[in-house]
Amino acid sequence: MKTVYLDNNATTCIAPEVRQAMEPYFNEKYGNPSSMHAFGGEIARDIRKAREKVAALINADPSEIIFTSCGTESDNMAIHGCCDLMGPGTKIITSRVEHPAVLGPCRHQREAGFSLFELPVDHQGHLDMDAYRELLKSEGRKLVSIMWANNETGVIFPLKKIAVLAKEAGAIIHTDAVQIAGKLPIDVKKVPVDMLSISGHKIHAPKGIGFLYVRRGTRMKTFMIGGHQESGRRGGTENVPYIVGMGAAAELAMQNIEAEKSKVAHLRDKLEQGLLTTCPDTRVNGDPDARLPNTSNISFEFIEGEAILYHLSDRGICASTGSACAAGSLEPSHVIRAMGVPFTAVHGSVRFSLSRYTTAEEIAYVLSEVPPVIRKLRDLSPFSKDSMPPLEL
Amino acid sequence: MWDYSDKVMDHFRNPRNVGKIDEPDGSGTVGSLACGDALTLMFQLDENGRISEARFQTFGCASAIASSSALTEMLIGKSIEEAEKITNRDIADFLGGLPDQKMHCSVMGREALEMAIHNYRTGETVMKQLDDHIVCTCFGISENEIRRIVIENNITNIEDVTNYCKAGGGCGMCRSDIQKIIDKVQEERSHKPAPAVPTQPRPLTNLQKIKMIEEVVEREIRPRLQKDGGDIDLIDIVGNQVIIAFRGMCAGCQSSAFTRHDFIEAKLREFVASDIVVTEEGKED
Ligand SMILES: Cc1ncc(COP(=O)(O)O)c(C=O)c1O
Repeated sequence: MKTVYLDNNATTCIAPEVRQAMEPYFNEKYGNPSSMHAFGGEIARDIRKAREKVAALINADPSEIIFTSCGTESDNMAIHGCCDLMGPGTKIITSRVEHPAVLGPCRHQREAGFSLFELPVDHQGHLDMDAYRELLKSEGRKLVSIMWANNETGVIFPLKKIAVLAKEAGAIIHTDAVQIAGKLPIDVKKVPVDMLSISGHKIHAPKGIGFLYVRRGTRMKTFMIGGHQESGRRGGTENVPYIVGMGAAAELAMQNIEAEKSKVAHLRDKLEQGLLTTCPDTRVNGDPDARLPNTSNISFEFIEGEAILYHLSDRGICASTGSACAAGSLEPSHVIRAMGVPFTAVHGSVRFSLSRYTTAEEIAYVLSEVPPVIRKLRDLSPFSKDSMPPLEL
Repeated sequence: MWDYSDKVMDHFRNPRNVGKIDEPDGSGTVGSLACGDALTLMFQLDENGRISEARFQTFGCASAIASSSALTEMLIGKSIEEAEKITNRDIADFLGGLPDQKMHCSVMGREALEMAIHNYRTGETVMKQLDDHIVCTCFGISENEIRRIVIENNITNIEDVTNYCKAGGGCGMCRSDIQKIIDKVQEERSHKPAPAVPTQPRPLTNLQKIKMIEEVVEREIRPRLQKDGGDIDLIDIVGNQVIIAFRGMCAGCQSSAFTRHDFIEAKLREFVASDIVVTEEGKED
């Protein structure tokens, strides 16, 4: 059975070009870039090239890039690195819909005596900008960490405005740009963030590589203390093959950014429209007009997400859900709940996320397979319209 | 993905006995959309008081669907008294086991069954829990429910309580109360060396016992006697002693002692409790 992979917000396939670029570094090119011989020096040059490519993806200077082991490390480095320097009493402003890689460190800092504010979102997933402005008015040092695009719904926050307001208020601002990277253009010359996190495996590089952009002049404490690598900002001998892969992936992402917007968005819309018309009692979560081009988060009411995913998996289709059961937790997705999605729809939310490798045939296949699954599960559900039992909800 | 057994996947992919029964003898609904899983269970009895049909509708994950489907298969052919003995463990075992975090699906099955039997016996659609208080307010789980799960599944830590009934899995405020319940059960256990896994049916309360005896008399005993022009009255129930009086043709019938012992007492022992003794009003045995 063929696999139709529509879970690209979870991770992506490694692009063939990326794999090819990495190959020599698992074989003959194994030198240490810090070594004082040409065998190692050559590797240092390759890392420099990768750093330039990665910087170009976000229009930064190569010296502003710190390679990390993943998006989570980038987020931790930004938040802890700043908090350690700013000291207790600092206000941390974030949103309720952040990835755990941001919410976790922020809540950790709250334990350490920082005050934490988690901004709410409305039913379409938009940030409460009035509350944000109010918070910025308050006295004292402030660190803002707000994501650019949401991993579950694809909703895009107006980051330029958010960053400008933060800078006007004298706050330091970090953004988790893990999901927007490679899907829409990023330009740190136009969007005045101080720090920005990116993860390789969301843009067709392998898992286990990422970077943090740190604007020149931003003060933060070294998070990983060790050798002089990454200009002393992150110790540890470089993960050479992955850094090279990250560079290749960044280069490819730039070349494909137009295709993402047109081709991928077209297929996503086709999928979404198709599902909405063939399956009754479905709703799109998140503002359809302010979304990543590849993401569609749909709630199938009266049924549960894990059950949907297992049936889809039997048909070779990969997607993900905000349902509690699938996560092994008991609470459904904090993102979907923060948006006030009604309970009838929370547990049945399914995220389809495409990539530039998704084909029209694959979307047609998914459109033929999903409706029968939904019907089958609805026939089983005590909540389906025709068989609602007298239940207190 | 979860490490589901082949049997779980089979029941999930091909659920048995899906749907509703038009006029069920017993019907129970537990769970809600908010909780993320819900189950409606219905059954029908045949003329011998055995479950001839069981049907379900489930909103929930793969293991919730599989647990419900398994339960209906387990029920068919059983008497109410046999069905009543099914524990959540039995459902999980029938399926070749469930992942720890999914054990609450089997508990949901047992609860729906309990509710359906209660509905069959009383006609009520909710079960009132007297002398019970809610410990986990997030998921609405009571102290008795937690106690029962701890005892029936030999649970020793909070995580398993959460896995089995969700209690403590929301805000977490009740975790210390849950620990106290676990400690208490363990203390009770160390005092009386009870069987390691007490999966025995709980002893009946007096009220439950009286109710059941009345039911069995109505359903199993009276119709038979009436066919022969006789009848009985329930006079009193004292502990395990059931005092009756014969009426109609039975009164003064030559074989009334035989009827009392080999028919009435046997039926009550079969359906209510094995230690029941039936005596006739005003007569010494
Ligand atoms: C928005 C967001 N931030 C951070 C991460 C974490 O990235 P990584 O898996 O590389 O640690 C993810 C990936 O799931 C994400 O979607």
